[in-house]
Amino acid sequence: MVKTIIRIIKSFTLWELFAGLLLTGKYFWKRKFTVQFPEEKTPVSPRFRGLHALRRYPNGEERCIACKLCEAVCPALAITIDSEQRADGSRRTKSYEIDLFKCIYCGMCEEACPVDSIVLTDMSHYHIAERGENILTKEKLLAIGDKYEEQIAAAREEEGRYR
Amino acid sequence: MNLSQAIIELIWIVLGIIAIIVPVMIGVLAFTYAERKVLAFMHVRIGPNRVGPFGFFQPLADAIKLLHKEIIIPAVADKFIFILAPVLSIAPALAAWAVIPFAQGWVLANINAGILYVLAMTSFGAYGILLSGWASNSKYALFGSLRSAAQMVAYEIAMGFALIGVMLAAGSLNLSQIVLAQSGGIWHWYWLPLLPLFVVYLISGVSETNRAPFDVAEGESEIVAGYHVEYGGMAFGVFFLAEYSNMLLISALVSLFFLGGWLSPLQGIPGLETWFAWVPGVIWFLIKIIFFSFLYLWLRATFPRYRYDQIMRLGWKVLIPITLIWIVVVAVAARFNLPPWW
Repeated sequence: MVKTIIRIIKSFTLWELFAGLLLTGKYFWKRKFTVQFPEEKTPVSPRFRGLHALRRYPNGEERCIACKLCEAVCPALAITIDSEQRADGSRRTKSYEIDLFKCIYCGMCEEACPVDSIVLTDMSHYHIAERGENILTKEKLLAIGDKYEEQIAAAREEEGRYR
Repeated sequence: MNLSQAIIELIWIVLGIIAIIVPVMIGVLAFTYAERKVLAFMHVRIGPNRVGPFGFFQPLADAIKLLHKEIIIPAVADKFIFILAPVLSIAPALAAWAVIPFAQGWVLANINAGILYVLAMTSFGAYGILLSGWASNSKYALFGSLRSAAQMVAYEIAMGFALIGVMLAAGSLNLSQIVLAQSGGIWHWYWLPLLPLFVVYLISGVSETNRAPFDVAEGESEIVAGYHVEYGGMAFGVFFLAEYSNMLLISALVSLFFLGGWLSPLQGIPGLETWFAWVPGVIWFLIKIIFFSFLYLWLRATFPRYRYDQIMRLGWKVLIPITLIWIVVVAVAARFNLPPWW
């Protein structure tokens, strides 16, 4: 009986509705923490696995020795390598191609690499506009590596102790 | 009256119409912007902020986008009625503004049957929705318009009864007279003596404009977009304009009927009354309209959509009985001049 009366009073004074309005009213004044994307960016972990790159040694020599461990470990079969003997007798890649459409960004190539040559950078903002651009050739990969070597090295340095 | 006099009068009327329509349209633009911002803020977001400072020109960008889009008429639609429906929707939404007194004497058509005219015009808007749903020849559009029709019938009654209370209290159908009958400070405005009718009118006003939580006619999650699902481009834009100018209209009407229209809320408070005597009445009116417009957005951000049978239950079993009871109370109070208000 008392409960029914309370319920009737509550529903006729719109009690619950005012409680709801009060809640949304409070949220109206709350601080907004939307990240304004192109101007602001969320912090990226050094472990982030984004676009691939091939690194070089400080003396300019490419690190990759065409051991094909990455090709073997790649679960998506995204890596294709051809090797040859260079004029100085060292074993090098003739071609090193990654198909970005196949790649699942698992990072196993990087883990398999004995010379830290193939790495996944923290770049996630890239696009593929034309057919064929999804194939990263050796030149493109080396260019990416050259361009972002500082970032790549810093991220590896930071993460080194956990490896 | 000779011809030149008639022409001059006509020109004055047209100027008056422009003086009302342009601010209403600007109000609609500002309202759509405000809606997106207010909803965003209540969602702890920022809302549109790319076009102009703080995204202020977003509604203009939206309007340009809508104007550029193609108006697609479905092959099976009834073409004439399909085109006519948006017109039928916006015409009464704008026409109703003719009798709104913005301040003392600031009214285009100071007719004695103002309330009746307003009721007629707001009901007429339902035809636009009904015909658009029927003419689209699409099941979701038809569902939307049928829901809207049943909802209108239910809530129009409660709305009318709520206004009968206002008429009894004011003793007039003229909107200016109704406002003047409320003069004497915030405690003499009809929201207090007619509190149940005020709440009922507010709720049925939200329902009448098909807004959340009564937006089953559009119900994005159930019937796509309801009655205007087949409309694109500016044909959709016209429905949009009609909906928002209707919301502004209901806000204005609530202010007129229950919150003393252009009257200052400080009336009767010594000191403050004279300090704020310079504020023109239209400003107070605008503040009240903005308050109720904000309430519309606040309600939308807060309440989930009613189930259809719950809407019917609320309309027929709750709102109409309340208004009936309170009409009797008001009638008795008005007849025997009971204190404190009569």
